[in-house]
Amino acid sequence: MNTTIDSMELVYGKTEALTETPMHYCPGCGHGVAHKILMEVIDEMGITENTIGVAPVGCSVFAYMYMNVDMLEAAHGRASASATGIKRVLPEKFVFSYQGDGDLAAIGTAETIHTVNRGENILMVFINNGIYGMTGGQMAPTSLSGMKTSTSPYGRDCVSMGSPLKITELIANLPGAYYVTRQSVHTPAAVRKLKKAIKASFEAQKEKKGTCFVEIVSNCPSGWKMTPLEANDWMEKNMFPYYPPGDIKVPQGMK
Amino acid sequence: MVTLQRDETPKLMKGNEALAEAAIRANMQAYFGYPITPQSEILEYLTEEVPKRSTSVVLQAESEVASINMVYGAGSAGARVMTSSSSPGFSLMQEGISYIAASEIPCLLVNVQRGGPGLGTIQPAQGDYFQATKGGGHGDYHIIVLAPNSVQEMADFVFEGFRLAEEYRMPALILSDGAIGQMMEKVYLPKEGSLPLRQHDWAVTGKPKTRERNFITSLHMEPDKMETINLHLQDKYRKLRKEERYELFNVKDADIILVAFGLTARICNKARELAAEKGLRVGVVRPITLYPFPYDILASLAGPNRVFLTVEMNSGQMVEDVRLAVNGKSPVYFRGRMGGMIPTPEDLLLEMEALAEKHTLINQAVR
Repeated sequence: MNTTIDSMELVYGKTEALTETPMHYCPGCGHGVAHKILMEVIDEMGITENTIGVAPVGCSVFAYMYMNVDMLEAAHGRASASATGIKRVLPEKFVFSYQGDGDLAAIGTAETIHTVNRGENILMVFINNGIYGMTGGQMAPTSLSGMKTSTSPYGRDCVSMGSPLKITELIANLPGAYYVTRQSVHTPAAVRKLKKAIKASFEAQKEKKGTCFVEIVSNCPSGWKMTPLEANDWMEKNMFPYYPPGDIKVPQGMK
Repeated sequence: MVTLQRDETPKLMKGNEALAEAAIRANMQAYFGYPITPQSEILEYLTEEVPKRSTSVVLQAESEVASINMVYGAGSAGARVMTSSSSPGFSLMQEGISYIAASEIPCLLVNVQRGGPGLGTIQPAQGDYFQATKGGGHGDYHIIVLAPNSVQEMADFVFEGFRLAEEYRMPALILSDGAIGQMMEKVYLPKEGSLPLRQHDWAVTGKPKTRERNFITSLHMEPDKMETINLHLQDKYRKLRKEERYELFNVKDADIILVAFGLTARICNKARELAAEKGLRVGVVRPITLYPFPYDILASLAGPNRVFLTVEMNSGQMVEDVRLAVNGKSPVYFRGRMGGMIPTPEDLLLEMEALAEKHTLINQAVR
């Protein structure tokens, strides 16, 4: 039996705040979803024309190829400093930075802490997958204890290599941090929560409340040498106990 | 060089303060810096004066690394932006400057040099010539380098630096030293507002519906694309050569030509006067733009029966460019002091007398 459908209601589509450029990310990687959610919020809030993004060095170095807003590609570790420069001269615009763990929590630690400490009115998105993806799977500041990487082939030894850095809890202590939360993108429910957090961050930025910091605990199937499903499973079992998802600092009155 | 509109009455100011005041008058929209001797007066002056007089941004960053990357951000957003530092701090900025040069973002940099290497000394030196003129950071790039030799030029070159930076979309550097930064002199300040702000269609300011997004990047993964960018930059540097600036004193009949920039050029002029009293015919060439370096004028002055003496407060850096320009047509000598020591006109006179003896250059008319 043939059925003819005359008209269909469009219930979901790609946001225009993403470009048509195919993303280069590995299958199962969280970056694609994180990009999409960030840009969907910007689109839905109607702030595409007033938003400037700062891309990092790392796997998401090409974020400016995918995000259909004005963007600057910063030096390694310095995204929040460059975002500060943009926001200070364009205080009425929306500014976000997007960085991975090596960028934000190793080489850029000083910039991260001082940007938040000044309470810069920006959104800092922090992708934490516990590894340097782009350079081929080296140990990151957030690599878990015992985690094997190409530069910790016998597992991360916290005595000689330091312990995985909970930078998000650290910056949450600073007065300039307004809203600090840890989210993930591995399930539909998690994605919805992330979207809410990003939206709340831009709403706070409009009110000039201070720095909003959204960590996204993510995966790295290639770097972890797992299938996408294994990676998400491993992330839940190993990353979440050390980096538990949920709000870390929520201002009074924020929904 | 555009003729500047200046105040009719002079002020007595420190070099660093005149520079900072000129920045305000040049409609600088943002400054990011970090304290370091001997240039901290710039940050101090701006943090005190700007809130009283404008809405411009002045921010003390957590480091020179952060400062230069804030400059990158603000410049990318189209603002007229500046930072300043001294030698060790300026070294820390080199990575950021490379990015800014690659991305073709205009900005004004200031290096009030001190002696090095390492932590060195806070006394004046010219040891950052190589770093300033040959790129400084990684990759193939140059920045515009202006070398002031007076408090007046500390102020003037702020205007000239912003103008050149914006015209050529590249960083411009005022390469000064601790003596010029700290000394007080009469200065006729450029008039406020005499350098109108420009709109930049490439800036990241938020994408209106009427245009495609702007993105600023220095990343070009494909070798052919990267080389295209490299060639474009080199082409721009060739065009920049028309901005070469220098001063000549008495070079026409000179047997000895002193070549010096910044503070040492002043000393050379005094030495030239002393030498004249002794019957020596001495001229002075003062390169004002160290990049683009005025090779052609030096080349045109080179020839037999003439020697060059380059004087610097370093171990011999600009002298390499002088030798390139002279290209073996005249002997090129070097006299330098380091570590914060400053050559004296009397030192240079002795040096010139020895050269005259060696090359039998005593003025025939006097003889």
